Amino acid sequence: MSRRSSLHGGYAIFLLPGLLAFLVVIVGPFLATVAISFTKWNGVQPPKWIGPSNYVTLLSDPYFLASFQNTFVLLLAMVVIPTILGLLLAGLLYSFVAPKFGPKTASFFRAGFYLPQVMPVAVAGVVWGWILTPDGALNSILQTAGLGVLAQNWLGNPDLALFSVMGMMVWFQIGFPLVIFFTAFQRMDQTLTEAAALDGASGWQTFIHVTVHQIRPEIFVVVLMTTIATFKVFAQVFVLTRGGPGTATYVPSYYTYLNFFQKDLVGLGSAVATIVTVVVLIVAVVFINFQARRDLAEEL
Amino acid sequence: MGSSIAAEGLSVHPTRKPTRGNHMWSGAMRVVQAYGILLGLIALLFVVFAPFVIIAINAVKTPTDLAANGPLSLPQNPTLDNMVAFWNAVDFGGALRNSFVISLSVAILATILSLLNAFALGIGRVRGAVWFLVFFMLANILPNEAIVYPLYYMAKFAGLYNTQLSVVIIFTVIQSAFGTYFIASVMRAFPREILDAARVDGCGKVQLLVRVVVPIMRPSLGVLMVFAFIWTWNEFYLPLVFLVSNAQYTVPLAVAATQGEHMMNESQVAASALLGVLPCVVFFVLFQRTLTRGITLGSYR
Repeated sequence: MSRRSSLHGGYAIFLLPGLLAFLVVIVGPFLATVAISFTKWNGVQPPKWIGPSNYVTLLSDPYFLASFQNTFVLLLAMVVIPTILGLLLAGLLYSFVAPKFGPKTASFFRAGFYLPQVMPVAVAGVVWGWILTPDGALNSILQTAGLGVLAQNWLGNPDLALFSVMGMMVWFQIGFPLVIFFTAFQRMDQTLTEAAALDGASGWQTFIHVTVHQIRPEIFVVVLMTTIATFKVFAQVFVLTRGGPGTATYVPSYYTYLNFFQKDLVGLGSAVATIVTVVVLIVAVVFINFQARRDLAEEL
Repeated sequence: MGSSIAAEGLSVHPTRKPTRGNHMWSGAMRVVQAYGILLGLIALLFVVFAPFVIIAINAVKTPTDLAANGPLSLPQNPTLDNMVAFWNAVDFGGALRNSFVISLSVAILATILSLLNAFALGIGRVRGAVWFLVFFMLANILPNEAIVYPLYYMAKFAGLYNTQLSVVIIFTVIQSAFGTYFIASVMRAFPREILDAARVDGCGKVQLLVRVVVPIMRPSLGVLMVFAFIWTWNEFYLPLVFLVSNAQYTVPLAVAATQGEHMMNESQVAASALLGVLPCVVFFVLFQRTLTRGITLGSYR
C-alpha cells in the first residue's frame, strides 16, 4: 500500500466529476453508436434490429470503399510528407540557421511555418478553395509564368481533386512536426553529434544516424497523432469539395455526416463510425505496443 | 541536395570538422551555401504566406477590379465594402462573440476538470491510475462521428440542441481528455518533498490542491488553457451539427456558410476568409511562444 506513496488515499473523489462527464459524453454515446450500427433507424421511428447487415452492405458500398481508399492516399499528405519535410526543416533551422544566423532568425522561420496551424481548418479550406477555382489565383500564377497549359480545374477534375486537397493539407500540417522536432533537437545530447562529426561522419550521415535516431520518441508521437488525424479529416473536404466530384474526395467522417444528417441512414452511418473508431483504436494500440517493445529491447 | 548541405551544419562547431582542400575556397563556398539555404527558406516561407497575401489583396478589391485585372493584381481602389457586406450578411460580430464565449468557457472548464482528474491520478496516484490515463487518452482519439449522433439525440431531448451550452459541455469533456493526460504527466515530476511537507503541516486535500499544487502548476495550466481555447475556436464538425441557426454560428461556421451558397460574390468570399484568418493571427501573435514551443503532447518518458 505504502509503495503507491499516495497521501493516505481519498483522492478518488476528485476523479468523480471527470469520470461522470466522460461516461455521459463519450463512453455512453460511443456504446450507443455501436448498438445503433446493428439497427435500421431513420432517427425518428423506433430503430429496428437487423444484426450485422449494415456491415455487409458496407462491404460493397462504393462510397464507403472510396472513403477508405482516399484516406489511405491522404496519409501521404497528412503523415508521410509533413513528417519528412518537418524533420528536414527542423534540422535546417536548428543546426544551420540558428548557429549561422542567430536563434531569433530560426524562431522567426519556425513561427512562420507554424502559422497555418493556428487557423481553423474550415477557414484554411475557404482560403484554398478561393485560390483553386478555375479562374483563381493558382491558374493566374501559372498563366503569368507562361505555364498556362498547366492550368487545371483543380477541384472539379475527379483525377486531380484529391491531390489538390492534399496540397492544402501539406501546407496546413507542416508546422506541427516542425515545432515538435525543433523542441526535440533542443533537448538532444549534443556530444553525440559532435563525436560523429569528429569521427568523420558526413553531415547527412550524422543527421540520419545520430540526430533522427535520438528523437525517435517525438517522431513516433508525430506519426501516431497525424495518422489518427487523417482518419478524422472532415472540414477540408466539407468546405472544398463535399466529397466530390463523384466520390473522388470522400472521406469516412464526411460519409457518416451525410448518412446521419442528410440521408437519415443513422444505422449505416453508425456502422461506418464504428469501423473508423475500431481502425483508429487499433492504430493507436499497435503504435504504442511497438514503441513499448522497442523501449524494452533498448533497455535490455 | 539542399538537405545534405543542411546537414553540414549539424555539428554545433562545424569548424572542428576535419576540412579537406583549400581553406579559403571552402570558406567562401560555405558563405555562399549559407546564404543560398537562407534564400531557399525565405522562398519556402513566402509560399506558405502566399495564400494569406492573395486573400488579403483580394478581400479589399472591388468585384469589377477583380474581373478586369484578375486575382494577382494589387487593388486599384481598396475598399472595405466586401468585408462589410459579409459581416452584415452573417452577423460576423455575433459569430466572434459566440466563438469567444464558447472557447473561453471550454478553456476554463476543461482546465479545471483536467486539474481535478490529474490531481487524483498524478498526485493521489489512485489505484489503477495508469489505466485511467489510457482510458482518457483513448477517449481523446475517438473520432467525432463515434459519439455525434447519440449526443445530437440527447441534446434534442434535453432541449440543448442549437445552444452554445451543448457545445461547451461536449468540448469541455473532449479537451479535458487531452488535458488530463498532459497535466498528469507534468504532475508526475511534482516534487514529493513539497507534498510530504504539506501533509506534515496537516494540509487537507482541497487546500493542498488550491494552495500548493495550483500555484506550482500555473505555467502548465496556462499552456493547456491556450491550447484548449484555440482548438475549440477551430473546431468544425460538432459546431456544424449542434449550432444550426445563424445567431449561434461560430467563426468557422460563418465563414464556411458562404461556400456553395451563391449569395456571395468572389470578392466577398475572399473577404470572409480574411475575416476568418484575422482573429487567429491575433491569437498567434499573443501566444506565439506558448504555441511554437511545441509541448510534446504526451511524449511521456
